[in-house]
Amino acid sequence: MSWVRDRLLDKLHYLGHQSLNAFARLGRGSLLLLQLIFAVPQAIMRWRLILQQIYSVGVLSLLIIIVSGFFVGMVLSFQGYITLVDYGAEESLGTMVALSLVRELGPVVTALLFAGRAGSALTAEIGLMKATEQLSGMEMMAVDPIKRVLAPRFVAGLISLPILAMIFSAVGVLGGEFVGVGLLGVDGGSFWSQMQASVDFRDDVLNGMIKGVVFGWVASWIALFEGYDAVPTSSGVSSATTRTVVHTSLAVLGLDFILTALMF
Amino acid sequence: MAEINQSRFLIKITDLHFSQRGRKIFDGANIEIERGKITAIMGPSGAGKTTLLKLIGGQRHPDTGSVEVDGVNVHKLSRRKLYALRKKMGMLFQSGALLTDLTVFENVAFPLREHTRLPELMIRDLVLMKLESVGLRGAKNLMPAELSGGMARRVAMARAIALEPMMVFYDEPFTGQDPISMGVLVKLIKKLNSVLEMTSVIVSHDVAETAAIADYIYLISEGKVVAKGTPEELNRTDSEWAQQFMQGLADGPVPFHYPASDYATELMEPK
Amino acid sequence: MNLRVIEIGVGIFVAIGLAALLILSLQVSNLTLLDNGPSYQVTARFQNISGLKVRAPVSVAGVRVGEVADIHFDPETYEAVATLTISEQYDQLPIDSQAGIRTAGLLGEKYVALVPGSGFAFGADEDGEDSKPQMLVDGSEITDTSSSMVLEELIGQFIFGKGDKGGQ
Repeated sequence: MSWVRDRLLDKLHYLGHQSLNAFARLGRGSLLLLQLIFAVPQAIMRWRLILQQIYSVGVLSLLIIIVSGFFVGMVLSFQGYITLVDYGAEESLGTMVALSLVRELGPVVTALLFAGRAGSALTAEIGLMKATEQLSGMEMMAVDPIKRVLAPRFVAGLISLPILAMIFSAVGVLGGEFVGVGLLGVDGGSFWSQMQASVDFRDDVLNGMIKGVVFGWVASWIALFEGYDAVPTSSGVSSATTRTVVHTSLAVLGLDFILTALMF
Repeated sequence: MAEINQSRFLIKITDLHFSQRGRKIFDGANIEIERGKITAIMGPSGAGKTTLLKLIGGQRHPDTGSVEVDGVNVHKLSRRKLYALRKKMGMLFQSGALLTDLTVFENVAFPLREHTRLPELMIRDLVLMKLESVGLRGAKNLMPAELSGGMARRVAMARAIALEPMMVFYDEPFTGQDPISMGVLVKLIKKLNSVLEMTSVIVSHDVAETAAIADYIYLISEGKVVAKGTPEELNRTDSEWAQQFMQGLADGPVPFHYPASDYATELMEPK
Repeated sequence: MNLRVIEIGVGIFVAIGLAALLILSLQVSNLTLLDNGPSYQVTARFQNISGLKVRAPVSVAGVRVGEVADIHFDPETYEAVATLTISEQYDQLPIDSQAGIRTAGLLGEKYVALVPGSGFAFGADEDGEDSKPQMLVDGSEITDTSSSMVLEELIGQFIFGKGDKGGQ
């Protein structure tokens, strides 16, 4: 029977080890976040670096955001029409499409796409810089990589995601109009006027933007941390990249629930 | 000797103990590095030579013992002062560690842009001067990925000396180089040392090249200094270990096998 | 990457972002009226405002003239008091106008509909200015109101034949 006990003890030991590791990662991540926040003012002084990062994080994500936004808006309009027409309320299609986009789908889907498109690239970039001793080299040149490399990317993510989310929502509404008014024959006037009557700038649009900022913060933090904390080998960087996408997606969906409960 | 802290030795490592992931890397090493000279630290792979450079640069902390650079203990400095000290250090990484998203020119300009407020024209002149001294002025617009290993190291060398540091550390500068690049690097290290009057520390296991330029050599193994002296002294030493290392013999005081449990016992173990 | 390309790219990015914000604020949401133009406020007391929300539109003859600024409960009269913000350009609304809570469509949202009165409601004769009708001004109270129709009550009335009672 002693081998059973040994097995169980082994498993227990493994579990304990894993949870300690998880706590250690959380601790390191929080420390990095603190350092990042303290580095932000200095990063803003060097706006050129931020500009460069907004380019690679935001501008290069523009196409995927616009295309996805348009399609999501079109699909929403189709599905909404099928449901609403049964109640003779297809005039509310604009309201439905706009509210779902501005409040939820805009920020959430943008954050998920951002994790896949920009977050994974950030992790891989930082991880490779670590693996090729570039970060270490900077430290030896008396340049703090957190300030020089990580902080500008953090600020860029914080700025880019809400902008991308707004673009997503706006393009989505246009996509919804294209299908609803253009293809399904909903009256254009009531599509827009009902939408305007029930979408509130402060409650809906601004809250959606706040969600965008929060998601931008989480997504860039996770991506940067995974890169900075990656095991500096090719397999280490590749698993860090995967973790970035998985963890960001989970964090965004979880946070979205909390934010929605708080806001609406 | 002229001033109090202007002692003969720029770097003084006393009774250094350091272990990583439960493995002892340094176990009471004492190393002194003279100003203005080329000092080589040699030893087998895995002897902790790179770690030693990281300890001197303050990137790792010793368990006990002290590392003094220019009269101050590196590991007792505040972060700000440590960074100020690092500006006086140039480090050449084994991989070159060039920033892959910048051109050769921008790589060399990097420390200047980060640490000085020099006008663009002056930065240009300085960078071209450094690149000229390593013979790569013509490659200034290339990206690091387009360079050969030896060229990357020369660019890294130009970058390491961009701020005219007091000391330069070379981490395995000769590893994996063809004979011509190796010759170029040997010549460059010697030249930079004498022209810029810098203290150079070379960490290497390439005996012939290192011995050709080093003024003084430390041999380390298993966390201790096993032998030290000028190249000539080491060649004449009667230490068996030093002989094995300098001549490159497969077996000797350094065992052929990595420490392991008894072979026969391990084979009989279940699983 | 050339710095100029980056600058232009980021500029376009921010411009598209601003355009999106403009669409969201002006076209999608109701950030059009009254936030900049001058306006005046009147109050209206309702027996029941169920379903009316702050920022719901106020319209005359179907034209939007303002919005509901505030709704609160008056503990003395047990009535709901709605404060309506009306754009200054519609200052020719007679003082005895009726306010009713209506529904846009069968299931649409609630809004306040104003039905203009004559302007000669009370006290006009005393001043001897019977030729000039009185208008709603800042702080006026609309007294003639009809409450929100509650669907359940309506159905109840229909079933139990109490149709003559009507809504207040």
